[in-house]
Amino acid sequence: MHLEWIDYVIIGVYCGFVLGVGFTLRKQMRTSTDFFLSGRRIPAWITGLAFISANLGALEVMGMAASGAKYGMLTTHFYWLGAIPAMIFVGLCMMPFYYGSRARSVPEYLRLRFDEKTRAFNAFTFAIMTILASGINLYAMALVFKLMLGWSIHATILLSAIVVLVYTFLGGLTSSIYNEVLQFFLIVFGILPLAVVSVTYAGGWRGLEARMPPGFTHMWANLGHATANPMGVDWFQLVAGLGFVLSFGYWCTDFLVIQRALAARDMTAAQKTPLIAAIPKMFIPFLVIIPGMAAWVLLPKASFLVGGKVDYNMALPLLLANYYPPGMLGVGITALLASFMSGMAGNVTAFNTVWTYDIYQSYIRPAAGDAHYLAMGRIATIGGVLLSVAAAYVALSFHNIMDYLQLLFSFVNAPLFATFLLGMFWKRTSSNGAFFGLVSGTLAATLHYFATLHGWLVYRSEMAANFDRAIYAWGVCFAVTIIISFFTEPRAEAELEGLVYSLTKRQNYGHLPVLRRPLTLAIVVAVIAIALNWVFR
Amino acid sequence: MSGSESGLDIRWPIGLLFLAIGVAVAVFGIFSASRTDLWGAQINLNLWWGVIMTAFGLGMIWGGARAGRRAS
Repeated sequence: MHLEWIDYVIIGVYCGFVLGVGFTLRKQMRTSTDFFLSGRRIPAWITGLAFISANLGALEVMGMAASGAKYGMLTTHFYWLGAIPAMIFVGLCMMPFYYGSRARSVPEYLRLRFDEKTRAFNAFTFAIMTILASGINLYAMALVFKLMLGWSIHATILLSAIVVLVYTFLGGLTSSIYNEVLQFFLIVFGILPLAVVSVTYAGGWRGLEARMPPGFTHMWANLGHATANPMGVDWFQLVAGLGFVLSFGYWCTDFLVIQRALAARDMTAAQKTPLIAAIPKMFIPFLVIIPGMAAWVLLPKASFLVGGKVDYNMALPLLLANYYPPGMLGVGITALLASFMSGMAGNVTAFNTVWTYDIYQSYIRPAAGDAHYLAMGRIATIGGVLLSVAAAYVALSFHNIMDYLQLLFSFVNAPLFATFLLGMFWKRTSSNGAFFGLVSGTLAATLHYFATLHGWLVYRSEMAANFDRAIYAWGVCFAVTIIISFFTEPRAEAELEGLVYSLTKRQNYGHLPVLRRPLTLAIVVAVIAIALNWVFR
Repeated sequence: MSGSESGLDIRWPIGLLFLAIGVAVAVFGIFSASRTDLWGAQINLNLWWGVIMTAFGLGMIWGGARAGRRAS
């Protein structure tokens, strides 16, 4: 593939705009709350789009197109089963505690609800995970542009890290959120024509049904047994592992996405953030998964061979190269570039907040002034970008980066969801129960990982192993937390007001028209998600 | 919801970016139609999608300007 001058002009215009946004916002960054939480004054439609865009990195866009080519419509479970129910749950049931407690981060909520050691455990594991995820994103970007356009890996890593550094250093979370919204529209406008063109060339939906292997165009029809579908999972692994543990673990506890809702201007906006995000989320499969299926039909099978092995990761870039003329190719490449960079910026802004509030302010310099923490936030931004670059070079040595990323989530988020579920909905959960449950869950994930690595446990696919690992990690954390809580002292109820469901005053939305209440929005989202599951069953 | 609470209404950068890209792609589409058309020269994708992106950009700018007037 080769780019023409018009494509470079479009990429240049985009880079100029993101830097311009950072420079324009820098004057508004007066306090640490401005820098880390956007001053808590962003409207719901913006936080909602940022919530979805923080998750819509290029790894997601390209990975889901690749899964579409590999597994067909089974991939849509990552959206209509593995995201929407959790997004409804976090909006309706968990946001009142996150936002209402005025916690500035997920680890800080853990300190308010439990104790210092549980916060420290989560802050350190999250900081490590987010830097690794950021580095993986950076490495993947460099690899894609090397394969597509022949750009140097080192130059791509360096240049994109500088752009991300400048705009997050200047504008903090607001800059990151604004660029995520820009990226969302770029992805839609950059990929939508490709989806239409490729599916039309493949003969429409009927053409895909006729030309793909049996079962690739159904979500639920072949889940009776793990041998009956290309993903190698059965309905229980899918519903329990993906639909419950991994999905709820990610959407309900990962600070990268929760931070966007904490920037909302009031409780209603915070609750609506994941619900508004759920609407575009439901339609993203039509942008990435179905074109991935079209790529399988349209492109020669030899084009998916990398080093003698079938690898669908380049399905989307290959479609771009084959079906876009110069001009639109620039828009498509810019959309990918934007999603890589905003994915990295999202991780860096989550890292600088957790580092500054939950590690530096808590354990290194507790009583400094706000200006000091604002300065530390900026230093942490530089540190986060440098560590991401280092992590990108670590990722160079791993064969399959997507599996690596899923692995990280199953270690950190899966047990954490059990801690949150019990902490928010069972007031008897004790601080020691939460801490030892969390540590045990993470250990269970580690043991399971080594058991699969050494062949003691064998799965039909890496994905099936990830789902099972998440179920074990969650189950062990859940059980150990309950058992230890029964033998240890819970915190006094007076200290838990606003942090636990039974001790928190319900939000009353009686003053809002019915159509503007979060519950109404949640019902609309749920009905559409059920309808999509039914239509493509 | 104005989107301008942080001092910069987000609709302005979105609108200006899409206006710039849309115009560039549409104009390129007009002058390069013979070699970039899809489906045997039946559809000039650059021209039509450029026009749609331009219209989206103008809509965002209009929304940002209207919110700015209301706030002032």
